[in-house]
Amino acid sequence: MHPKWVNVHPAVVAFTACVAEAVTRNGGGHFGDIPAIRSLPYLVRVGLFDYVKLAHGMNISQHEEAGRFIPLRRLANSKQLSDFIIDMIPLLHAPPTEVEPIRYVISELVRNVLEHASAASGAFVCAQYYKTTRTLAIGIADDGIGILKSLTRSHTAESDWDAICLALRPGITGTTKKLGGNEYNAGAGLFFTKSIACASRNYFVVYSGDALYKLRRVPAGKTIVLHGDPSEDNHTKVTGLPKWSGTVVGIDLSLGQDVPFVSLMELIRGAFSVDVKRQQKDKYKKPRFT
Amino acid sequence: MKRIMVKERAGVFAEDKDTAAGIREMELYPTLAAGKAVCLDFTGVDGATQSFIHAMIRGLVSKIGVEVLDRIDFKGCNDSVKGIISIVCEYSQLDAADDVSEARKSEVLRQGH
Repeated sequence: MHPKWVNVHPAVVAFTACVAEAVTRNGGGHFGDIPAIRSLPYLVRVGLFDYVKLAHGMNISQHEEAGRFIPLRRLANSKQLSDFIIDMIPLLHAPPTEVEPIRYVISELVRNVLEHASAASGAFVCAQYYKTTRTLAIGIADDGIGILKSLTRSHTAESDWDAICLALRPGITGTTKKLGGNEYNAGAGLFFTKSIACASRNYFVVYSGDALYKLRRVPAGKTIVLHGDPSEDNHTKVTGLPKWSGTVVGIDLSLGQDVPFVSLMELIRGAFSVDVKRQQKDKYKKPRFT
Repeated sequence: MKRIMVKERAGVFAEDKDTAAGIREMELYPTLAAGKAVCLDFTGVDGATQSFIHAMIRGLVSKIGVEVLDRIDFKGCNDSVKGIISIVCEYSQLDAADDVSEARKSEVLRQGH
């Protein structure tokens, strides 16, 4: 690792803060060295060392946050989430049409944590704006029960990987066996989020238990097709990772993306109904021919 | 017709599901179950999440039936809110057949006892 080229995605920042907080809460201590990477001032300024109790030795002047990053926040309830979304929007210095997918994604992902994760510390959220690519990277992490445990309250999944794939399908929620969800949960939050990343030709990653799903970018010029079944998307599967009981989600969004939010909803509508119909059809009993 | 101003309850970005469920249970359901019509006015709301719209609408379709959508006027919606409402209304109808068969099954079981 060359210290000059270390790039820390906000998902890593949120995850690190979440781990550090869990260690502190359980009475553990923090030990280690801090490498002199170029991102260190950013990590200090974003608030990572409010959770990681190590001396970073830096004296940082507080730069204006607007348009550059959203510092680490821990959100433990619905009110804090609503306030965070209101506070966050001006920091982005972006027109309303560009803000729409960002607040959408943050709301859906944090609500997932608050409703399903049983996370003692709530959700850790952090974001960074990359001016040259006009990309906003968002990270959300929790130390809750993880996707496998949450989903298997109502569905069958053998592994963390199976559970992640199931959670990414529209209409699957841990709160009911019924496809399409119940009156309070549709089981569509992660599917919408993945779809927004896909349409934005960007990355989306979910890490829970020992598995990681990474949606790969749709190359420029290639038609965007949304899939209800995540295995049909161009993705990377990683299993056997160090076990994390909670969940980490990272997503990149392009401001001024080439598919407007309104058109994106049309695409999602198509993919959603096709997949839910297909899953319902899968449930129908087949005649047994002998 | 009863009119519900969504912005007054949920703000310009309608994303709080508890608020949505509150509107459904306290205002929408009693009115619609009594056979009356409702106007859900989204004037001033510039965005909503699918979770919010789902929490407001889905339970009405499963409890009262698909016909309930004929008695709800969605007013003042911008294009993105219209898109999300359309998605939720569409899949709620896909699921409605299941809801009805579940309800019938429960009824048959109750009568059997």
